[in-house]
Amino acid sequence: MELNVGPLLFNWPADAWSDFYARVADEAPVDRVILGELVCSKRLPFYADRIPQAIERLERGGKQVVLTSLALVTLPRERRAAAALLAPDGIEVEINDLTLMRWVEPGRRFSIGPLVNVYNESTLRYLAGQGARAICLPPELPFASVEILGKAAGAAGIGLEIWAFGRVPLAISARCYHARIHGLTKDSCQFVCDRDPDGLDVKTLDAQSFLTVNGVQTLSHNCTNLAGDLPRLAEAGVTALRLSPHSGDFVGVTRVFRAAAEGRITAPEAEARLSCLIPPMPLSRGFLFGDRGAA
Amino acid sequence: MTQARLELVCPAGTPAALRTAIDAGADTVYCGFADETNARNFPGLNFSRAEMAEGIAYADARGAKVLVAINTFPRAGAEALWHGAVADAYAAGAHAVILADLGLLAHTAERHPGRRIHLSVQAAAANADAINFYAAAFGVKRVVLPRVLSVQEIAAINREISVETEVFIFGGLCVMAEGRCALSSYATGRSPNMHGVCSPASHVAYSEEGADLVSRLGGFTIHRVPKAVAAPYPTLCKGHFTAGDYAGHVFEDPVSLDAAALIPQLAKAGVRALKIEGRQRSRAYVAEVVRTFRQAVEAEAAGLAIPASDLRRLTEGQQSTAGAYRKTWR
Repeated sequence: MELNVGPLLFNWPADAWSDFYARVADEAPVDRVILGELVCSKRLPFYADRIPQAIERLERGGKQVVLTSLALVTLPRERRAAAALLAPDGIEVEINDLTLMRWVEPGRRFSIGPLVNVYNESTLRYLAGQGARAICLPPELPFASVEILGKAAGAAGIGLEIWAFGRVPLAISARCYHARIHGLTKDSCQFVCDRDPDGLDVKTLDAQSFLTVNGVQTLSHNCTNLAGDLPRLAEAGVTALRLSPHSGDFVGVTRVFRAAAEGRITAPEAEARLSCLIPPMPLSRGFLFGDRGAA
Repeated sequence: MTQARLELVCPAGTPAALRTAIDAGADTVYCGFADETNARNFPGLNFSRAEMAEGIAYADARGAKVLVAINTFPRAGAEALWHGAVADAYAAGAHAVILADLGLLAHTAERHPGRRIHLSVQAAAANADAINFYAAAFGVKRVVLPRVLSVQEIAAINREISVETEVFIFGGLCVMAEGRCALSSYATGRSPNMHGVCSPASHVAYSEEGADLVSRLGGFTIHRVPKAVAAPYPTLCKGHFTAGDYAGHVFEDPVSLDAAALIPQLAKAGVRALKIEGRQRSRAYVAEVVRTFRQAVEAEAAGLAIPASDLRRLTEGQQSTAGAYRKTWR
């Protein structure tokens, strides 16, 4: 089972960004790291100049590096950046907005991220036929669908990844909710999303934690944890796990999943250790095995 | 200066609503089969195969067109249901099918070559590159634009594409990129993408608590209002929540889209068709909204001012917005 670190979803200061990837490069027992800006193109200038260094260090640490696209491409500069990502000699790109399919040339190495709607065999086969190396499934899918798509991915000869750790991306918008909550608009946002390293809790009027706002993105309040399900997932044809970065000891999180992948740790042990490594948030298997994501 | 008349695309949740919409002046009606293949899969709504054929015959006889929305994302292991819906829609004489899923687009382009495909808003094709991809890969002829774009951005898109664009002009407003939202799925396990429902009534509960009327979705409190006030339907993204020191409608107020005033700008932006949301709404609603927008479209075509309307009382919470068409909404 491969372990993949997903793109950092939150707006961390550039130094924290660099430190995070340095530590992952040097210490995390993972196979692949997907980095770059997924959520908001306004954040990218703060750390864009640090990306080449991070890539070099990650590769030196034995990790395969993949660059993510934006989740929602609308502006002209975002379109240009999307096209540039797929330049012929570049490294693998994870497509998270189908806009980029316009620029995929035959032979270009790419994969499909969790924000692209792959719900069925025909879609999986279509993307495999266009050259996708692997597909990370949308987190909303139930296990019954994963089992069917596992077989389809095996038959198509591509990798199949699922969302295994982290708050779940639920929605993306043109509107910035961090800005709205602070009485600002997206164009004058003052980058207030940098105040919440794991997103801003949204609670119901009964004070029940419900959702998490991250700029234009809305995430679950709970944090997926599938560390106890790895044999079952492998049997279903899952070849890789997506671990989505959070504050706390994320390298510790990757170690728990490596131990789980190697059968060195039980599910309750994994859960107990994970809870100590991350900010307080409930762990959940709701989308995959429950009757809803919040379960 | 007079311009080409905009096409008015109207909702029909039932055969009666289809006839009402056409009689009220719809150029085109869109509807779906009574199952999970369409994004308004509500109890008591939508069309059997026989009703679809009858509806299309009614439209044909009056020079109107029927589009069939097959715009959910087919479930793994059950794609035959969606493939059958596409085949049956074309066999019944539909002008086009409205699709969102890549796999279903690929299937339809291959198995029904030459038949007309529209790209659903659920595909969230929000720029010219995405639209040109769908046009080149599957021969899509029209794209329903997501409600994340300003009028200026729509104009820029139309300069770079050769397919038609259709935009929402009135009705329910998704604040998230359509087809990319799992909020309902998180709270209830039922989602627009997979089941064709959002914040479904089956998971709604109202309760009186002290002086309050509380509405919950999947057990999560969405609204809490004084008993005397009409509680809005607990659509998740229109709920009242807290975040840090903020308390209010975190995502969007309970409002509907009304962009009637922008019809001239949308026409200048190269839009071909205006779409009214609301397959779940009543015949009376459909009749009034369609009639109003028929007048607006005729006025626009004649180069006259858009007549003032009284549709606000039909909108959610009696409030309306021009949404992302005005950039400040973001």
